[in-house]
Amino acid sequence: MKFDLKKDSVRAVNQALHDLAQPADVSVDHISGDHNLAVGLNRPHKVTLNGHAGYYCAGMNQQAEVTVHGNVGQGVAENMMSGKVHVFGNASQSAGATAHGGLLVIEGDAAARCGISMKGVDIVVKGSVGHMSAFMGQAGALVVCGDAGDALGDSLYEAHIYVKGSVASLGADCVEKSMRAEHLEELTRLLEAAGSDEDPADFKRYGSARELYNFKVDNVGAY
Amino acid sequence: MCGIVGLYLKNKALEGQLGQLFEPMLVSMTGRGPDSAGFAIYGDEVPEGMIKVTLQHANEHYPWHDLANELEQALETDVSVLHNANAAVLKLEAQEDAVRAVITAFDPTVRVMSVGRSIEILKSVGLPQTIADKFTLSGMKGSHIVGHTRMATESGVSMEGSHPFSTGLDLCLVHNGSLSNHNRLREALKKEGIVFETENDSEVAAGYLTWRLRAGDSLQQALENALDALDGFFTFTVGTKDGFAVVRDPIACKPAVMAETDDYVAMASEYHALASLPGIEHARLWEPDPGKVYFWGRD
Repeated sequence: MKFDLKKDSVRAVNQALHDLAQPADVSVDHISGDHNLAVGLNRPHKVTLNGHAGYYCAGMNQQAEVTVHGNVGQGVAENMMSGKVHVFGNASQSAGATAHGGLLVIEGDAAARCGISMKGVDIVVKGSVGHMSAFMGQAGALVVCGDAGDALGDSLYEAHIYVKGSVASLGADCVEKSMRAEHLEELTRLLEAAGSDEDPADFKRYGSARELYNFKVDNVGAY
Repeated sequence: MCGIVGLYLKNKALEGQLGQLFEPMLVSMTGRGPDSAGFAIYGDEVPEGMIKVTLQHANEHYPWHDLANELEQALETDVSVLHNANAAVLKLEAQEDAVRAVITAFDPTVRVMSVGRSIEILKSVGLPQTIADKFTLSGMKGSHIVGHTRMATESGVSMEGSHPFSTGLDLCLVHNGSLSNHNRLREALKKEGIVFETENDSEVAAGYLTWRLRAGDSLQQALENALDALDGFFTFTVGTKDGFAVVRDPIACKPAVMAETDDYVAMASEYHALASLPGIEHARLWEPDPGKVYFWGRD
């Protein structure tokens, strides 16, 4: 099934995707920054978006595999539950925000707050990520093949973070941790799933120091 | 929410099409700002020693020639007048302060939108398409242009509260975001002699830049100081005589995307606004980094 946003509306495309009773291959051409494309899918469709997508592309995805041949605006794959979203360009801020599951792969860079409040999604960024990435990350893994901006992993819960390049600064309660066998295994699996030939041995692991989990009575004077 | 768009032409052969290329950019940002719109266009530069003053009045049939005659007599110089809807562009050989004094004495209800050798600021309440039509934007020529579509959050909807704001000779500011320390800063700037017409937060940002530039800052320094002085969310685009500057606050909640080809540099709040530009599919696209001042223009 083919759509062309020069003549089809975003609403018509999304409605058609939702109406498909059986898994299908769907392509959409001439995307020019349109928002909310391929959102809320809940069947294992293969959707190819050709052009630069706007905000919230493939948001709330379940089961579907959405590929974007272009850049995406803020909130790509926000609150994804399962499936895969693959961006062959750069992503704006809050990529994979609050996502519970599935795999988000970004071939280029992701801007600020990538993986903010992630709750189980795996995110592989082949370029660099902006500041406050994985902020309040609760579960899942963020893999960064380039560099990370300021305050990486601020107020982190249990999300795993792997970075190959430099980290501008770590956020509150985020620390570098040793890479154990199970982490190398997880990283190897994620890099393979993302089609990356990076060497897992080149990465460092970051995680929560778990110092913010409980109120410290020593700090009572601050309140 | 508001929309910002800017277009700077590297290829002079396109200068005749500046308005035509820019109008769809402005109109595409209607969803981000449907209550007012405006733009600052740069071109038709007057020779050194002369200035171009863009004025507006609520009356569509304002007798601009009477004002021009008054200026000619008071300042002993020729004044040329070009009407555009309820705006007029006056060109004359004079100093800014003297021109402002004559205009205020003649009729304090005349609004001075911009002063410089190249800039013309035109803005109004209404849908971006309505404003583009009102001022015949598509037919305008020039080297670069900065525009804004407004969705008011911090103050009322009025022509005075719409963008761009003049920040000095040939300078203007457009803002997407909201400032949280504008009341206190406005009071401080009033003591420095900066005059405000509205309760608008963006006007305070413009006033801040005017103050810093008067104090001797370069535009780069003024914008870097603004990063410290202004509390809140912002993406600013500043139009200058030779190009434009873009700066985002360090948190960078407000969007911005840039595009560059051999022919132009363009910026917008969303890629959607750039999609109508020729050759955009092969443009270099990127998001400006937070807390960093970017400049484009002629050397």
